Amino acid sequence: MITKALFIFLTFLAIFFALRVVSTKNPIHSVLYLVLTFFAIAGHYILLNAQFLAVVHIIVYAGAIMVLFLFVIMLLNLNKETEPHKSVWLKSSAVVASGLLLVVLVGALRGAEAIQTTNTFNSNIGLIENLGMTLFNEFLLPFELASILLLAAMVGAVMLGKKSIK
Amino acid sequence: MSAIQIVPIEWYLFLSIVLFTIGVAGVLLRRNAIIIFMSIELMLNAVNLLLVAFSSYLSDSKGQVFVFFIMAVAAAEVAVGLAILMMVYRNTKSSDINILNKLKW
Amino acid sequence: MIKLVWLVPLLPLMGFIIIGLFGKKLSKGLVGTIGSGVIFGALAIAVGIFFELKNGVQKEYTIELFNWISAGKLSIPFSFLIDPLSSLFLLIITGVGFLIHVYSVGYMSHDEGFSRFFAYLNLFIFFMLLLVMGSNYLIMFVGWEGVGLCSYLLIGFWFKNTAYNNAAKKAFIMNRVGDLGFLLGIILIFVTFGSIGYHDVFEQAKNMGSGNTTITIIALLLFVGAMGKSAQLPLYTWLPDAMAGPTPVSALIHAATMVTAGIYMIARSNILYTLSPEAMNVVAIIGICTALFAATIGLAQNDIKKVLAYSTVSQLGYMFLALGVGAYTGAVFHVMTHAFFKALLFLGAGSVIHAMGGEQDIRKMGGLKKYISKTHITFLIGTLAIAGCFPFSGFFSKDEILANVFAHNKLLWFFGILGAAMTTFYMFRLYFLTFHGKFRGTHEQEHHLHESPPSMTIPLIVLAVLSIVGGLVGIPAVLHGTHYLEEFLSPVFEASSFRLVHHLSHQTEYILMGVATVVMIAAIYYAYTIYSKKNTIPVDEDEELKPLHKLVYNKYWVDEIYETLITKPLNLLSEAFHKVIDNQLVDGIVNGVGSAVSWMSGTIRLAQTGNIGFYIFVMVISIVLILFTQLF
Repeated sequence: MITKALFIFLTFLAIFFALRVVSTKNPIHSVLYLVLTFFAIAGHYILLNAQFLAVVHIIVYAGAIMVLFLFVIMLLNLNKETEPHKSVWLKSSAVVASGLLLVVLVGALRGAEAIQTTNTFNSNIGLIENLGMTLFNEFLLPFELASILLLAAMVGAVMLGKKSIK
Repeated sequence: MSAIQIVPIEWYLFLSIVLFTIGVAGVLLRRNAIIIFMSIELMLNAVNLLLVAFSSYLSDSKGQVFVFFIMAVAAAEVAVGLAILMMVYRNTKSSDINILNKLKW
Repeated sequence: MIKLVWLVPLLPLMGFIIIGLFGKKLSKGLVGTIGSGVIFGALAIAVGIFFELKNGVQKEYTIELFNWISAGKLSIPFSFLIDPLSSLFLLIITGVGFLIHVYSVGYMSHDEGFSRFFAYLNLFIFFMLLLVMGSNYLIMFVGWEGVGLCSYLLIGFWFKNTAYNNAAKKAFIMNRVGDLGFLLGIILIFVTFGSIGYHDVFEQAKNMGSGNTTITIIALLLFVGAMGKSAQLPLYTWLPDAMAGPTPVSALIHAATMVTAGIYMIARSNILYTLSPEAMNVVAIIGICTALFAATIGLAQNDIKKVLAYSTVSQLGYMFLALGVGAYTGAVFHVMTHAFFKALLFLGAGSVIHAMGGEQDIRKMGGLKKYISKTHITFLIGTLAIAGCFPFSGFFSKDEILANVFAHNKLLWFFGILGAAMTTFYMFRLYFLTFHGKFRGTHEQEHHLHESPPSMTIPLIVLAVLSIVGGLVGIPAVLHGTHYLEEFLSPVFEASSFRLVHHLSHQTEYILMGVATVVMIAAIYYAYTIYSKKNTIPVDEDEELKPLHKLVYNKYWVDEIYETLITKPLNLLSEAFHKVIDNQLVDGIVNGVGSAVSWMSGTIRLAQTGNIGFYIFVMVISIVLILFTQLF
């Protein structure tokens, strides 16, 4: 029961904070709400026996990416509510469109057959040992390529961030 | 007790759909490029959550490895994307995406 | 030698390719040597083939080179037919062709298009050989069109002159009219006989019997083609204009070889004509009409080449007259002698023009015999030959034709004699005006007068000798000679022989020859009194002419009539089509499609606002729609 309550609680938190991300005027607040959303999702990961991923998630997203966002907002000096308002018509049409998407996706999944889950769960797959085995055996090449991608992204970011590129 | 035995997988499905839709709504509603960027991160996380859920329910660690890669790509994307935003702001003094409307005709 | 027959057309083709590709880099001497050399090679092989045929037992060879077209029931091999008729034409074409090539080396030596000229000339010989050597109508047609093309190229050789270009176009278009008839004839032959090979067609035609309507139609359609190519009424007007080309071209193409293609074609298809008396009558009537018509025009022309051109038309008329009365041998005989003396006359005229520095008007000549004696003597021989003076070659061939015509129809014979008299008259008028009397040109021209170089006079002398002795191959039995040509050609005309024997007593033939000679002498004397004794010079164009003279001088206004009746309405029609159909309809559709697309894209591109939010909105809506249509 506690698990179920925890699930409902974390779900509520995640949805609530996600909505706040989208609805607050101040970008700083948005970033902070997003960090909270990520914590809620990390909680879900723990519930799903993906402990390692939960930790990595917090380190990468909340620790690195969101800090990057904060730095950028700080550099651009965007902490005021500078965003111009969209017209009501545009806003309502945006809401209707996303609502339609929600309805269509939910409807699609309701019509789908339930997946067959095995009753004997292996609760150890989320452990770092298992993940490491998979990652360095089956996904060795993508793993190395990912490092090249990160290197390229780093070089690109540095190039773009320079004062003047001619 | 882990959630796997108690919570049906459909719940996780609906949770990620809702999170994804909120991300889409954010992209549609907001004009600040940074917030749009964050909404995209939200959508990515919705997908990540779904992957982890399926991985756990099917006892297959590949799904979690995928999430791992998605995180790497997201980190790269954010680094480059924010650098581009910096450039845009430096040139236009604004982070409003409606200024970036040269992509027409 | 027969095995080498494929070399005969190949040599001129190689000459054309070599000169055409590298002509500009080679020296004039080398171009002339290659151009004439390949024709000489072809001539040597042709002579070999001729003797092999003459002495051998087999009189007909079919040499198949490769399978050309094969589709369904239609199978056309690319093969050559070598029989007495084609071998005789091979000799004429390569022999006269070779002499004219040699002549051209001298005549064209100062022209900047020297190598182009020789390339065209070699190409012409190639197509002409293809025309006579082909063993089916299609190869003949290819050659037929090819010589038309070369004729066009060579008439318009000096393409910087608009009038020459117009003459070339006129020749080409006039020939198209005839070619259409020829083509229809070939198609009808294929439909009727299921083949277009000579052998199959003639074998089947023999069994169809006389008076078959289909055969008559085929014969008439083929004759339409012959009318165009051989300049018969009413398609003759291109030939006098074709004199715009260089004189060797006039001699080779528009006198000796190409214009006789029509004769060759009818002689080749002689069985079809023999089986259709109606078609033969048409041929004979058109022939005699052309002969008389052109002869009267020739009486009043003042351009040395125009006179010869009308004389060519007139002589071609004689040949068709001979074909029309079934004297196939006579027609081919006349083709041969005519090739000799008409080439001689044209080349002589070219020599005169060369000496006069380009002047072609005989009113400005006169007294040339003391300046250019070699040309004078050879020209006189040619004139006597065409007039039919004994024992020159023209006498024998013309006599044979007239005797056959007399046996066939007395009225036609009378007109024939009349035409012959006129021919004699205008040829001697030309001769006296050019070579006798006083020089009437400018002082400068008189100073410039000179005999042509040996490369031009030697062909003249050779042709003069041939014009004298050429007739000896066909001495009629009445003069106690042997008609070698008839013997030689008899295999070809064997199937038609049941119709063409003429039964004239020796006495009648003597009388006919006598009449012809008397008429000829009278005409010469008449021309002599007018143009040599009295020194009459044709009046200038702006002076008032007598009505009849004016009619003839203006060539019966045929060109003008064609202009009014055909050219102008056609031009008006095309103008109308241009304005209405092309400008309004076709352009309307084309421009309409263009502007519709441009309007639509102009409208649709407004959707490209450049607003990223809008793009995302559209994307989301589209995803919704796709999922909706896919999942529900």
